[in-house]
Amino acid sequence: MGRPGLNLYFAERFRLKMANSTLPERIRRDFPILDRSVHGKPLVYLDNAASAQKPLAVIEGQREYLANYHANIHRGAHHLAQLATEAYEGTRGKIADHIGAGSTEEIIFTAGSTDAVNLVTQSWGRANLSAGDTVLVTRMEHHANIVPWQMVCAEKGAEVVPVDVQEDGTLDLEDFARKLERHQPKLVGVVHASNTLGTINPVAELCAAARTAGAVTLVDGSQALPHLTIDVAAIGCDFYVATGHKAYGPTGIGFLWGRRDLLDAMPPWRGGGEMIRSVSFDGTTYNDLPHKFEAGTPHISGGIALGIALDWMNGVGLDTIHAHESALVQHAHQALQTLPGMRIIGTAPEKVGVVSLVVDGLHPYDLGTLLDGQGIAVRTGHHCTEPLMAHFGLESGTLRMSFAAYTTREEIDRAVIALERAMRMLS
Amino acid sequence: MSTDLIAARQTDVIDEFALFDDWMDKYEHLIELGKDVPAIDTGRKTDEHLIKGCQSRVWLAADAEADGTVRFTADSDAIITKGLVGLMVRVLSGAEARAIAEADLHFLDAIGLHQHLSPTRSNGLASMVKQMRLYAAALAARQA
Ligand SMILES: Cc1ncc(COP(=O)(O)O)c(C=O)c1O
Repeated sequence: MGRPGLNLYFAERFRLKMANSTLPERIRRDFPILDRSVHGKPLVYLDNAASAQKPLAVIEGQREYLANYHANIHRGAHHLAQLATEAYEGTRGKIADHIGAGSTEEIIFTAGSTDAVNLVTQSWGRANLSAGDTVLVTRMEHHANIVPWQMVCAEKGAEVVPVDVQEDGTLDLEDFARKLERHQPKLVGVVHASNTLGTINPVAELCAAARTAGAVTLVDGSQALPHLTIDVAAIGCDFYVATGHKAYGPTGIGFLWGRRDLLDAMPPWRGGGEMIRSVSFDGTTYNDLPHKFEAGTPHISGGIALGIALDWMNGVGLDTIHAHESALVQHAHQALQTLPGMRIIGTAPEKVGVVSLVVDGLHPYDLGTLLDGQGIAVRTGHHCTEPLMAHFGLESGTLRMSFAAYTTREEIDRAVIALERAMRMLS
Repeated sequence: MSTDLIAARQTDVIDEFALFDDWMDKYEHLIELGKDVPAIDTGRKTDEHLIKGCQSRVWLAADAEADGTVRFTADSDAIITKGLVGLMVRVLSGAEARAIAEADLHFLDAIGLHQHLSPTRSNGLASMVKQMRLYAAALAARQA
Protein backbone atom coordinates (compact mmCIF):
# COMPACT_ATOMS: atom_id res chain seq x y z
CA MET A 1 0.00 0.00 0.00
CA GLY A 2 1.14 3.47 -0.73
CA ARG A 3 3.91 2.34 -3.03
CA PRO A 4 2.19 1.94 -6.37
CA GLY A 5 5.37 2.90 -8.16
CA LEU A 6 7.22 -0.03 -6.67
CA ASN A 7 4.39 -2.45 -7.44
CA LEU A 8 4.31 -1.26 -11.01
CA TYR A 9 8.05 -1.69 -11.16
CA PHE A 10 7.78 -5.32 -10.03
CA ALA A 11 4.83 -5.99 -12.31
CA GLU A 12 6.85 -4.67 -15.22
CA ARG A 13 9.88 -6.71 -14.23
CA PHE A 14 7.72 -9.81 -14.00
CA ARG A 15 6.21 -9.10 -17.40
CA LEU A 16 9.66 -8.70 -18.94
CA LYS A 17 10.95 -11.81 -17.22
CA MET A 18 8.02 -13.80 -18.63
CA ALA A 19 8.48 -12.32 -22.07
CA ASN A 20 12.14 -13.32 -22.11
CA SER A 21 11.71 -16.71 -20.48
CA THR A 22 11.54 -20.02 -22.26
CA LEU A 23 8.24 -21.82 -22.68
CA PRO A 24 9.03 -24.45 -20.00
CA GLU A 25 10.01 -21.70 -17.53
CA ARG A 26 6.59 -20.15 -18.02
CA ILE A 27 4.52 -23.33 -17.73
CA ARG A 28 6.33 -25.94 -15.66
CA ARG A 29 4.77 -24.64 -12.45
CA ASP A 30 1.41 -25.71 -13.91
CA PHE A 31 2.51 -29.36 -13.71
CA PRO A 32 3.01 -30.46 -10.09
CA ILE A 33 4.06 -33.99 -11.07
CA LEU A 34 7.22 -32.68 -12.73
CA ASP A 35 8.64 -31.84 -9.30
CA ARG A 36 8.59 -35.39 -8.01
CA SER A 37 11.48 -37.80 -7.93
CA VAL A 38 11.76 -41.41 -9.06
CA HIS A 39 14.21 -43.88 -7.49
CA GLY A 40 15.65 -40.91 -5.60
CA LYS A 41 16.41 -38.95 -8.78
CA PRO A 42 14.46 -35.98 -10.12
CA LEU A 43 11.91 -37.19 -12.66
CA VAL A 44 12.60 -36.52 -16.34
CA TYR A 45 9.38 -37.39 -18.09
CA LEU A 46 9.99 -38.22 -21.74
CA ASP A 47 7.03 -40.51 -22.37
CA ASN A 48 4.60 -37.85 -23.51
CA ALA A 49 3.57 -39.64 -26.70
CA ALA A 50 2.14 -42.39 -24.49
CA SER A 51 0.39 -39.86 -22.26
CA ALA A 52 1.09 -36.26 -21.32
CA GLN A 53 1.00 -34.90 -17.76
CA LYS A 54 -1.89 -32.71 -16.65
CA PRO A 55 -1.77 -29.01 -15.81
CA LEU A 56 -3.31 -27.84 -12.53
CA ALA A 57 -6.24 -26.29 -14.37
CA VAL A 58 -7.24 -29.74 -15.69
CA ILE A 59 -6.76 -31.43 -12.31
CA GLU A 60 -8.67 -28.68 -10.52
CA GLY A 61 -11.40 -28.52 -13.14
CA GLN A 62 -12.10 -32.21 -12.79
CA ARG A 63 -12.09 -31.93 -9.00
CA GLU A 64 -14.35 -28.88 -9.12
CA TYR A 65 -16.94 -30.78 -11.13
CA LEU A 66 -16.84 -33.80 -8.82
CA ALA A 67 -16.94 -31.66 -5.70
CA ASN A 68 -19.48 -29.03 -6.76
CA TYR A 69 -21.74 -29.90 -9.64
CA HIS A 70 -21.68 -33.61 -10.38
CA ALA A 71 -24.92 -34.95 -11.85
CA ASN A 72 -25.88 -37.03 -14.86
CA ILE A 73 -26.17 -34.95 -17.99
CA HIS A 74 -28.94 -34.32 -20.53
CA ARG A 75 -31.71 -35.86 -18.44
CA GLY A 76 -32.18 -34.03 -15.16
CA ALA A 77 -34.52 -31.10 -14.76
CA HIS A 78 -32.50 -29.88 -11.81
CA HIS A 79 -29.81 -27.27 -11.45
CA LEU A 80 -26.78 -29.53 -11.09
CA ALA A 81 -27.74 -31.56 -14.16
CA GLN A 82 -27.94 -28.34 -16.07
CA LEU A 83 -24.50 -27.13 -14.90
CA ALA A 84 -22.90 -30.48 -15.72
CA THR A 85 -24.58 -30.64 -19.13
CA GLU A 86 -23.47 -27.11 -19.99
CA ALA A 87 -19.88 -27.83 -19.03
CA TYR A 88 -19.76 -31.15 -20.89
CA GLU A 89 -21.48 -29.80 -23.98
CA GLY A 90 -19.22 -26.75 -23.75
CA THR A 91 -16.28 -29.02 -24.52
CA ARG A 92 -18.03 -30.24 -27.67
CA GLY A 93 -18.12 -26.64 -28.82
CA LYS A 94 -14.47 -26.12 -27.91
CA ILE A 95 -13.44 -29.20 -29.90
CA ALA A 96 -15.47 -28.04 -32.89
CA ASP A 97 -13.79 -24.62 -32.76
CA HIS A 98 -10.38 -26.12 -32.15
CA ILE A 99 -10.41 -28.33 -35.25
CA GLY A 100 -12.49 -26.14 -37.52
CA ALA A 101 -15.56 -28.38 -37.61
CA GLY A 102 -18.72 -27.03 -39.23
CA SER A 103 -20.92 -27.75 -36.24
CA THR A 104 -20.93 -29.33 -32.79
CA GLU A 105 -23.20 -32.06 -34.14
CA GLU A 106 -20.25 -33.45 -36.05
CA ILE A 107 -18.30 -34.03 -32.83
CA ILE A 108 -18.92 -37.44 -31.25
CA PHE A 109 -17.44 -38.03 -27.81
CA THR A 110 -15.61 -41.36 -27.56
CA ALA A 111 -13.38 -43.06 -25.02
CA GLY A 112 -10.36 -42.17 -27.14
CA SER A 113 -8.90 -42.68 -30.59
CA THR A 114 -9.20 -46.45 -30.43
CA ASP A 115 -12.88 -46.20 -29.58
CA ALA A 116 -13.42 -43.62 -32.33
CA VAL A 117 -11.85 -45.83 -35.01
CA ASN A 118 -13.96 -48.75 -33.81
CA LEU A 119 -17.05 -46.60 -34.12
CA VAL A 120 -16.17 -45.91 -37.76
CA THR A 121 -15.28 -49.52 -38.59
CA GLN A 122 -18.37 -50.96 -36.88
CA SER A 123 -20.82 -48.38 -38.18
CA TRP A 124 -19.51 -47.00 -41.48
CA GLY A 125 -17.35 -50.04 -42.23
CA ARG A 126 -20.00 -52.68 -41.72
CA ALA A 127 -22.48 -50.68 -43.77
CA ASN A 128 -20.13 -49.83 -46.63
CA LEU A 129 -17.52 -52.55 -47.07
CA SER A 130 -18.18 -55.71 -48.99
CA ALA A 131 -16.28 -58.66 -50.44
CA GLY A 132 -13.35 -57.68 -52.60
CA ASP A 133 -13.08 -54.15 -51.19
CA THR A 134 -9.83 -52.64 -50.02
CA VAL A 135 -8.98 -50.43 -47.05
CA LEU A 136 -5.69 -48.64 -47.64
CA VAL A 137 -3.68 -47.69 -44.53
CA THR A 138 -0.01 -46.90 -44.00
CA ARG A 139 2.66 -49.13 -42.55
CA MET A 140 3.25 -46.51 -39.83
CA GLU A 141 -0.30 -46.73 -38.41
CA HIS A 142 -0.82 -47.39 -34.73
CA HIS A 143 -2.54 -50.76 -34.15
CA ALA A 144 -5.66 -48.71 -33.33
CA ASN A 145 -5.96 -47.82 -37.01
CA ILE A 146 -5.10 -51.31 -38.29
CA VAL A 147 -6.76 -53.96 -36.15
CA PRO A 148 -10.34 -52.55 -36.17
CA TRP A 149 -10.11 -52.47 -39.99
CA GLN A 150 -8.79 -56.04 -40.07
CA MET A 151 -11.73 -57.14 -37.94
CA VAL A 152 -14.41 -55.61 -40.16
CA CYS A 153 -12.57 -56.63 -43.33
CA ALA A 154 -12.35 -60.25 -42.14
CA GLU A 155 -16.10 -60.20 -41.59
CA LYS A 156 -16.80 -58.70 -45.00
CA GLY A 157 -14.20 -60.48 -47.10
CA ALA A 158 -12.39 -57.20 -47.71
CA GLU A 159 -8.66 -56.58 -47.47
CA VAL A 160 -6.38 -54.18 -45.57
CA VAL A 161 -3.42 -53.04 -47.69
CA PRO A 162 -0.47 -51.02 -46.29
CA VAL A 163 1.38 -48.16 -47.99
CA ASP A 164 5.16 -48.37 -47.62
CA VAL A 165 7.37 -46.18 -45.49
CA GLN A 166 10.79 -44.96 -46.65
CA GLU A 167 14.13 -45.26 -44.85
CA ASP A 168 13.88 -41.78 -43.29
CA GLY A 169 10.41 -42.51 -41.93
CA THR A 170 8.45 -40.52 -44.48
CA LEU A 171 5.56 -42.06 -46.34
CA ASP A 172 6.36 -43.44 -49.80
CA LEU A 173 4.13 -41.13 -51.82
CA GLU A 174 4.70 -43.02 -55.07
CA ASP A 175 3.64 -46.25 -53.43
CA PHE A 176 0.59 -44.41 -52.09
CA ALA A 177 -0.38 -43.19 -55.57
CA ARG A 178 0.26 -46.62 -57.07
CA LYS A 179 -1.85 -48.47 -54.49
CA LEU A 180 -4.61 -45.89 -54.67
CA GLU A 181 -4.77 -46.47 -58.42
CA ARG A 182 -4.44 -50.25 -58.29
CA HIS A 183 -6.79 -51.04 -55.40
CA GLN A 184 -9.38 -48.26 -55.70
CA PRO A 185 -9.84 -48.43 -51.91
CA LYS A 186 -13.17 -47.69 -50.24
CA LEU A 187 -11.34 -46.03 -47.39
CA VAL A 188 -7.91 -44.55 -46.81
CA GLY A 189 -6.67 -44.38 -43.20
CA VAL A 190 -3.60 -42.33 -42.36
CA VAL A 191 -1.93 -41.21 -39.18
CA HIS A 192 -1.49 -37.41 -39.01
CA ALA A 193 1.72 -37.75 -36.99
CA SER A 194 3.43 -41.06 -36.22
CA ASN A 195 3.75 -41.97 -32.54
CA THR A 196 6.88 -44.02 -33.26
CA LEU A 197 8.73 -41.97 -35.89
CA GLY A 198 7.36 -38.49 -35.24
CA THR A 199 6.76 -38.07 -38.98
CA ILE A 200 4.09 -35.52 -39.86
CA ASN A 201 2.28 -36.83 -42.90
CA PRO A 202 1.07 -34.51 -45.70
CA VAL A 203 -2.52 -35.33 -44.83
CA ALA A 204 -4.15 -32.63 -46.98
CA GLU A 205 -2.32 -33.87 -50.07
CA LEU A 206 -3.11 -37.52 -49.27
CA CYS A 207 -6.79 -36.83 -48.61
CA ALA A 208 -7.14 -34.83 -51.84
CA ALA A 209 -5.69 -37.73 -53.85
CA ALA A 210 -7.84 -40.25 -52.01
CA ARG A 211 -10.96 -38.20 -52.58
CA THR A 212 -10.21 -37.93 -56.30
CA ALA A 213 -9.89 -41.71 -56.35
CA GLY A 214 -13.31 -41.97 -54.71
CA ALA A 215 -12.16 -43.08 -51.27
CA VAL A 216 -13.46 -41.96 -47.89
CA THR A 217 -10.63 -40.77 -45.62
CA LEU A 218 -9.89 -41.16 -41.92
CA VAL A 219 -7.06 -39.29 -40.24
CA ASP A 220 -5.72 -40.48 -36.87
CA GLY A 221 -4.82 -37.25 -35.08
CA SER A 222 -3.84 -38.79 -31.73
CA GLN A 223 -0.32 -37.36 -31.92
CA ALA A 224 -1.33 -34.19 -33.77
CA LEU A 225 -3.75 -32.81 -31.19
CA PRO A 226 -1.02 -32.02 -28.61
CA HIS A 227 1.44 -30.57 -31.12
CA LEU A 228 -0.19 -29.09 -34.22
CA THR A 229 -2.92 -26.71 -35.26
CA ILE A 230 -5.68 -28.84 -36.76
CA ASP A 231 -8.17 -27.74 -39.39
CA VAL A 232 -10.29 -30.57 -40.71
CA ALA A 233 -11.68 -28.43 -43.52
CA ALA A 234 -8.17 -27.62 -44.74
CA ILE A 235 -7.13 -31.26 -44.42
CA GLY A 236 -10.18 -32.26 -46.41
CA CYS A 237 -10.71 -35.59 -44.65
CA ASP A 238 -14.02 -37.30 -43.91
CA PHE A 239 -13.23 -38.57 -40.41
CA TYR A 240 -10.74 -37.30 -37.84
CA VAL A 241 -10.08 -39.05 -34.51
CA ALA A 242 -8.10 -37.98 -31.46
CA THR A 243 -7.65 -38.80 -27.80
CA GLY A 244 -7.57 -36.45 -24.82
CA HIS A 245 -4.87 -37.84 -22.57
CA LYS A 246 -1.99 -37.15 -24.95
CA ALA A 247 -3.13 -33.52 -25.17
CA TYR A 248 -2.90 -32.67 -21.43
CA GLY A 249 -6.44 -33.94 -20.79
CA PRO A 250 -7.73 -36.98 -18.90
CA THR A 251 -7.69 -40.61 -20.04
CA GLY A 252 -10.84 -42.27 -21.31
CA ILE A 253 -12.10 -39.35 -23.38
CA GLY A 254 -11.55 -38.46 -27.03
CA PHE A 255 -13.58 -37.70 -30.10
CA LEU A 256 -14.56 -38.53 -33.62
CA TRP A 257 -15.22 -35.75 -36.07
CA GLY A 258 -17.09 -36.81 -39.18
CA ARG A 259 -18.55 -35.11 -42.20
CA ARG A 260 -22.18 -34.51 -41.47
CA ASP A 261 -23.67 -36.33 -44.47
CA LEU A 262 -21.61 -39.42 -43.69
CA LEU A 263 -22.52 -39.42 -40.00
CA ASP A 264 -26.19 -38.91 -40.86
CA ALA A 265 -26.19 -41.92 -43.14
CA MET A 266 -24.36 -44.17 -40.67
CA PRO A 267 -26.31 -46.58 -38.47
CA PRO A 268 -25.82 -46.36 -34.70
CA TRP A 269 -23.24 -48.75 -33.32
CA ARG A 270 -23.96 -49.17 -29.64
CA GLY A 271 -27.51 -49.21 -28.38
CA GLY A 272 -28.87 -47.99 -25.06
CA GLY A 273 -29.89 -44.85 -23.26
CA GLU A 274 -29.18 -41.37 -24.67
CA MET A 275 -28.95 -42.55 -28.27
CA ILE A 276 -32.69 -43.06 -28.78
CA ARG A 277 -35.62 -40.80 -29.60
CA SER A 278 -38.27 -43.27 -28.50
CA VAL A 279 -38.25 -46.91 -27.55
CA SER A 280 -41.02 -49.41 -27.88
CA PHE A 281 -41.26 -53.10 -28.62
CA ASP A 282 -42.94 -52.20 -31.89
CA GLY A 283 -39.91 -50.27 -33.05
CA THR A 284 -37.31 -47.89 -31.68
CA THR A 285 -36.22 -44.64 -33.28
CA TYR A 286 -32.82 -43.08 -32.84
CA ASN A 287 -31.71 -39.71 -31.63
CA ASP A 288 -30.15 -37.04 -33.84
CA LEU A 289 -26.46 -36.36 -34.17
CA PRO A 290 -24.30 -36.41 -32.18
CA HIS A 291 -26.26 -38.36 -29.54
CA LYS A 292 -27.12 -41.18 -31.95
CA PHE A 293 -23.56 -42.43 -31.42
CA GLU A 294 -23.32 -41.78 -27.69
CA ALA A 295 -25.12 -44.58 -25.87
CA GLY A 296 -24.98 -44.63 -22.10
CA THR A 297 -23.65 -42.22 -19.48
CA PRO A 298 -20.39 -40.79 -20.78
CA HIS A 299 -17.14 -39.81 -19.05
CA ILE A 300 -18.53 -36.49 -17.86
CA SER A 301 -15.59 -35.32 -15.74
CA GLY A 302 -13.23 -36.30 -18.55
CA GLY A 303 -15.23 -34.38 -21.11
CA ILE A 304 -15.29 -31.28 -18.95
CA ALA A 305 -11.57 -31.50 -18.25
CA LEU A 306 -10.73 -32.08 -21.92
CA GLY A 307 -12.26 -28.68 -22.66
CA ILE A 308 -10.00 -27.16 -20.01
CA ALA A 309 -6.98 -28.90 -21.55
CA LEU A 310 -7.84 -27.41 -24.96
CA ASP A 311 -8.14 -23.97 -23.34
CA TRP A 312 -4.77 -24.49 -21.68
CA MET A 313 -3.10 -25.49 -24.98
CA ASN A 314 -4.66 -22.58 -26.83
CA GLY A 315 -3.60 -20.24 -24.05
CA VAL A 316 -0.01 -21.29 -24.60
CA GLY A 317 -0.48 -21.41 -28.37
CA LEU A 318 0.08 -24.43 -30.59
CA ASP A 319 2.51 -22.56 -32.81
CA THR A 320 4.62 -21.82 -29.74
CA ILE A 321 4.41 -25.44 -28.60
CA HIS A 322 5.30 -26.82 -32.03
CA ALA A 323 8.24 -24.45 -32.46
CA HIS A 324 9.54 -25.36 -29.01
CA GLU A 325 9.24 -29.09 -29.66
CA SER A 326 10.85 -28.83 -33.09
CA ALA A 327 13.86 -27.16 -31.48
CA LEU A 328 13.96 -29.94 -28.88
CA VAL A 329 13.90 -32.62 -31.60
CA GLN A 330 16.80 -30.95 -33.38
CA HIS A 331 18.72 -30.64 -30.14
CA ALA A 332 18.07 -34.30 -29.26
CA HIS A 333 19.12 -35.51 -32.72
CA GLN A 334 22.40 -33.58 -32.46
CA ALA A 335 23.17 -34.69 -28.92
CA LEU A 336 22.33 -38.34 -29.57
CA GLN A 337 24.40 -38.54 -32.71
CA THR A 338 27.57 -38.11 -30.64
CA LEU A 339 26.98 -41.51 -28.98
CA PRO A 340 28.63 -44.58 -30.54
CA GLY A 341 26.43 -47.09 -32.37
CA MET A 342 23.44 -44.73 -32.20
CA ARG A 343 20.79 -44.96 -34.91
CA ILE A 344 17.82 -42.59 -34.92
CA ILE A 345 14.74 -44.19 -36.45
CA GLY A 346 12.69 -41.51 -38.16
CA THR A 347 14.48 -38.48 -39.53
CA ALA A 348 11.69 -36.94 -41.58
CA PRO A 349 12.06 -33.19 -42.12
CA GLU A 350 8.67 -32.54 -40.50
CA LYS A 351 8.35 -34.17 -37.08
CA VAL A 352 6.42 -33.80 -33.84
CA GLY A 353 8.33 -34.20 -30.57
CA VAL A 354 9.19 -37.88 -30.93
CA VAL A 355 12.68 -39.39 -31.16
CA SER A 356 13.00 -43.16 -31.59
CA LEU A 357 16.42 -44.76 -31.41
CA VAL A 358 18.32 -48.02 -31.31
CA VAL A 359 21.90 -48.69 -30.25
CA ASP A 360 23.90 -51.37 -32.07
CA GLY A 361 24.05 -54.58 -30.09
CA LEU A 362 21.99 -53.34 -27.15
CA HIS A 363 18.42 -54.24 -26.28
CA PRO A 364 16.00 -51.30 -25.88
CA TYR A 365 14.48 -52.93 -22.80
CA ASP A 366 17.87 -52.94 -21.04
CA LEU A 367 18.46 -49.32 -21.93
CA GLY A 368 14.97 -48.29 -20.83
CA THR A 369 15.31 -50.10 -17.51
CA LEU A 370 18.62 -48.38 -16.78
CA LEU A 371 17.19 -44.99 -17.73
CA ASP A 372 14.31 -45.62 -15.33
CA GLY A 373 16.90 -46.24 -12.62
CA GLN A 374 18.22 -42.74 -13.27
CA GLY A 375 14.79 -41.13 -13.08
CA ILE A 376 14.27 -40.91 -16.85
CA ALA A 377 10.89 -42.14 -18.11
CA VAL A 378 10.94 -43.37 -21.71
CA ARG A 379 9.08 -46.08 -23.56
CA THR A 380 10.66 -49.12 -25.18
CA GLY A 381 9.29 -51.78 -27.50
CA HIS A 382 7.17 -51.61 -30.62
CA HIS A 383 4.90 -48.74 -29.47
CA CYS A 384 1.81 -50.50 -30.88
CA THR A 385 3.31 -50.27 -34.38
CA GLU A 386 4.53 -53.83 -34.93
CA PRO A 387 4.26 -53.76 -38.75
CA LEU A 388 6.43 -50.63 -38.79
CA MET A 389 9.05 -52.21 -36.54
CA ALA A 390 9.06 -55.33 -38.73
CA HIS A 391 9.55 -53.10 -41.78
CA PHE A 392 12.67 -51.59 -40.20
CA GLY A 393 13.83 -55.04 -39.06
CA LEU A 394 13.66 -53.99 -35.42
CA GLU A 395 12.42 -57.10 -33.68
CA SER A 396 12.87 -55.61 -30.20
CA GLY A 397 11.49 -52.23 -31.19
CA THR A 398 13.07 -48.93 -30.25
CA LEU A 399 13.67 -46.69 -27.29
CA ARG A 400 11.45 -43.65 -27.67
CA MET A 401 11.85 -40.22 -26.08
CA SER A 402 8.84 -37.99 -26.60
CA PHE A 403 8.48 -34.37 -25.65
CA ALA A 404 5.81 -31.95 -24.49
CA ALA A 405 5.49 -28.20 -24.07
CA TYR A 406 7.16 -28.42 -20.63
CA THR A 407 10.18 -30.47 -21.74
CA THR A 408 13.50 -28.64 -21.39
CA ARG A 409 16.82 -28.92 -23.22
CA GLU A 410 18.43 -29.72 -19.87
CA GLU A 411 16.14 -32.72 -19.49
CA ILE A 412 17.20 -34.00 -22.88
CA ASP A 413 20.84 -33.48 -21.95
CA ARG A 414 20.29 -35.43 -18.74
CA ALA A 415 18.63 -38.23 -20.70
CA VAL A 416 21.57 -38.36 -23.11
CA ILE A 417 24.09 -38.54 -20.25
CA ALA A 418 21.99 -41.26 -18.58
CA LEU A 419 21.83 -43.14 -21.86
CA GLU A 420 25.60 -42.95 -22.20
CA ARG A 421 25.97 -44.40 -18.72
CA ALA A 422 23.49 -47.20 -19.51
CA MET A 423 25.44 -48.00 -22.68
CA ARG A 424 28.69 -48.22 -20.70
CA MET A 425 27.07 -50.52 -18.13
CA LEU A 426 25.76 -52.85 -20.81
CA SER A 427 28.84 -53.17 -22.98
CA MET B 1 13.68 -81.68 1.23
CA SER B 2 13.67 -79.54 -1.83
CA THR B 3 11.38 -76.92 -0.32
CA ASP B 4 14.25 -76.18 2.00
CA LEU B 5 16.58 -76.18 -0.97
CA ILE B 6 14.53 -73.46 -2.68
CA ALA B 7 14.28 -71.46 0.54
CA ALA B 8 18.04 -71.71 1.13
CA ARG B 9 18.81 -70.63 -2.42
CA GLN B 10 16.51 -67.64 -2.08
CA THR B 11 18.29 -66.63 1.11
CA ASP B 12 21.58 -66.90 -0.78
CA VAL B 13 20.38 -64.55 -3.51
CA ILE B 14 18.96 -62.11 -0.97
CA ASP B 15 22.27 -62.05 0.93
CA GLU B 16 24.18 -61.54 -2.29
CA PHE B 17 22.05 -58.55 -3.29
CA ALA B 18 22.17 -57.08 0.23
CA LEU B 19 25.67 -55.88 -0.70
CA PHE B 20 24.17 -53.30 -3.05
CA ASP B 21 22.01 -50.54 -1.69
CA ASP B 22 22.15 -48.29 -4.74
CA TRP B 23 19.67 -49.03 -7.50
CA MET B 24 22.30 -48.79 -10.23
CA ASP B 25 24.78 -51.03 -8.37
CA LYS B 26 22.10 -53.67 -8.11
CA TYR B 27 21.52 -53.48 -11.84
CA GLU B 28 25.24 -53.54 -12.51
CA HIS B 29 25.32 -56.86 -10.66
CA LEU B 30 22.28 -58.15 -12.50
CA ILE B 31 23.96 -57.29 -15.79
CA GLU B 32 27.09 -59.20 -14.75
CA LEU B 33 24.90 -62.18 -13.91
CA GLY B 34 23.19 -61.78 -17.27
CA LYS B 35 26.52 -61.92 -19.04
CA ASP B 36 27.69 -64.92 -17.01
CA VAL B 37 24.73 -67.26 -16.70
CA PRO B 38 25.02 -70.44 -18.63
CA ALA B 39 22.32 -69.84 -21.18
CA ILE B 40 19.89 -72.36 -22.55
CA ASP B 41 21.32 -75.65 -23.89
CA THR B 42 22.64 -75.21 -27.41
CA GLY B 43 20.14 -76.13 -30.04
CA ARG B 44 17.18 -75.41 -27.77
CA LYS B 45 16.92 -71.66 -28.32
CA THR B 46 14.11 -72.31 -30.77
CA ASP B 47 10.57 -71.11 -31.27
CA GLU B 48 9.38 -74.22 -29.50
CA HIS B 49 10.94 -72.92 -26.28
CA LEU B 50 10.16 -69.25 -26.86
CA ILE B 51 8.04 -67.28 -24.43
CA LYS B 52 7.12 -64.07 -26.15
CA GLY B 53 7.04 -61.08 -23.87
CA CYS B 54 6.10 -57.80 -25.42
CA GLN B 55 9.39 -56.15 -24.45
CA SER B 56 11.93 -58.94 -24.36
CA ARG B 57 11.96 -62.58 -25.39
CA VAL B 58 12.65 -65.51 -23.10
CA TRP B 59 13.49 -69.12 -23.94
CA LEU B 60 12.92 -71.88 -21.40
CA ALA B 61 13.75 -75.58 -21.57
CA ALA B 62 12.67 -78.02 -18.86
CA ASP B 63 13.77 -81.62 -18.30
CA ALA B 64 12.39 -84.16 -15.86
CA GLU B 65 15.27 -85.98 -14.24
CA ALA B 66 15.11 -89.64 -13.16
CA ASP B 67 15.21 -88.66 -9.47
CA GLY B 68 12.00 -86.61 -9.68
CA THR B 69 13.68 -83.24 -9.92
CA VAL B 70 13.38 -80.74 -12.75
CA ARG B 71 16.29 -79.20 -14.58
CA PHE B 72 15.73 -75.79 -16.19
CA THR B 73 17.83 -73.78 -18.58
CA ALA B 74 16.75 -70.43 -19.95
CA ASP B 75 17.88 -67.42 -21.94
CA SER B 76 16.74 -63.96 -23.00
CA ASP B 77 17.64 -61.46 -25.69
CA ALA B 78 17.82 -58.66 -23.10
CA ILE B 79 20.70 -58.81 -20.59
CA ILE B 80 18.72 -57.61 -17.59
CA THR B 81 15.97 -60.11 -18.30
CA LYS B 82 18.63 -62.77 -18.75
CA GLY B 83 20.05 -61.90 -15.34
CA LEU B 84 16.59 -62.26 -13.79
CA VAL B 85 15.88 -65.45 -15.70
CA GLY B 86 19.23 -66.79 -14.47
CA LEU B 87 18.31 -66.04 -10.86
CA MET B 88 15.02 -67.86 -11.29
CA VAL B 89 16.81 -70.88 -12.76
CA ARG B 90 19.37 -70.77 -9.95
CA VAL B 91 16.60 -70.87 -7.34
CA LEU B 92 14.39 -73.53 -8.94
CA SER B 93 16.46 -75.82 -11.15
CA GLY B 94 17.26 -79.18 -9.60
CA ALA B 95 14.48 -78.99 -7.03
CA GLU B 96 11.70 -81.57 -6.78
CA ALA B 97 8.71 -81.03 -9.04
CA ARG B 98 6.21 -80.60 -6.21
CA ALA B 99 8.44 -78.12 -4.39
CA ILE B 100 8.74 -76.02 -7.57
CA ALA B 101 5.01 -76.05 -8.16
CA GLU B 102 4.33 -74.88 -4.62
CA ALA B 103 7.34 -72.65 -4.05
CA ASP B 104 6.82 -69.34 -2.27
CA LEU B 105 8.99 -67.14 -4.46
CA HIS B 106 9.71 -64.05 -2.43
CA PHE B 107 13.31 -63.26 -3.30
CA LEU B 108 12.56 -60.77 -6.10
CA ASP B 109 10.44 -58.84 -3.65
CA ALA B 110 13.14 -58.99 -1.01
CA ILE B 111 15.84 -57.66 -3.35
CA GLY B 112 13.58 -54.93 -4.70
CA LEU B 113 13.22 -56.28 -8.23
CA HIS B 114 9.61 -57.45 -7.98
CA GLN B 115 8.54 -54.88 -10.58
CA HIS B 116 10.11 -57.09 -13.22
CA LEU B 117 7.50 -59.74 -12.45
CA SER B 118 4.68 -57.29 -13.09
CA PRO B 119 2.62 -57.82 -16.22
CA THR B 120 3.12 -54.17 -17.26
CA ARG B 121 6.78 -54.96 -17.87
CA SER B 122 5.80 -57.84 -20.11
CA ASN B 123 9.43 -58.88 -20.34
CA GLY B 124 8.54 -62.57 -20.39
CA LEU B 125 9.70 -63.27 -16.83
CA ALA B 126 6.25 -63.67 -15.29
CA SER B 127 5.19 -66.01 -18.11
CA MET B 128 8.37 -68.02 -17.62
CA VAL B 129 7.72 -68.53 -13.92
CA LYS B 130 4.17 -69.58 -14.72
CA GLN B 131 5.44 -72.14 -17.23
CA MET B 132 8.04 -73.47 -14.79
CA ARG B 133 5.32 -74.03 -12.22
CA LEU B 134 2.92 -75.59 -14.73
CA TYR B 135 5.59 -77.96 -16.00
CA ALA B 136 6.51 -78.96 -12.43
CA ALA B 137 2.87 -79.35 -11.38
CA ALA B 138 2.11 -81.62 -14.34
CA LEU B 139 5.18 -83.69 -13.57
CA ALA B 140 4.31 -83.90 -9.88
CA ALA B 141 0.80 -85.06 -10.75
CA ARG B 142 2.23 -87.85 -12.86
CA GLN B 143 4.64 -88.86 -10.10
CA ALA B 144 1.89 -89.07 -7.49
C1 LIG C 1 -1.08 -42.60 -33.36
C2 LIG C 1 -1.96 -43.18 -32.30
N1 LIG C 1 -3.17 -43.65 -32.62
C3 LIG C 1 -4.00 -44.16 -31.68
C4 LIG C 1 -3.65 -44.22 -30.36
C5 LIG C 1 -4.61 -44.80 -29.36
O1 LIG C 1 -5.05 -43.87 -28.45
P1 LIG C 1 -5.99 -44.33 -27.26
O2 LIG C 1 -5.28 -45.49 -26.59
O3 LIG C 1 -6.08 -43.16 -26.33
O4 LIG C 1 -7.29 -44.73 -27.82
C6 LIG C 1 -2.38 -43.77 -29.99
C7 LIG C 1 -1.92 -43.83 -28.60
O5 LIG C 1 -1.55 -44.82 -28.02
C8 LIG C 1 -1.52 -43.23 -30.97
O6 LIG C 1 -0.31 -42.77 -30.66
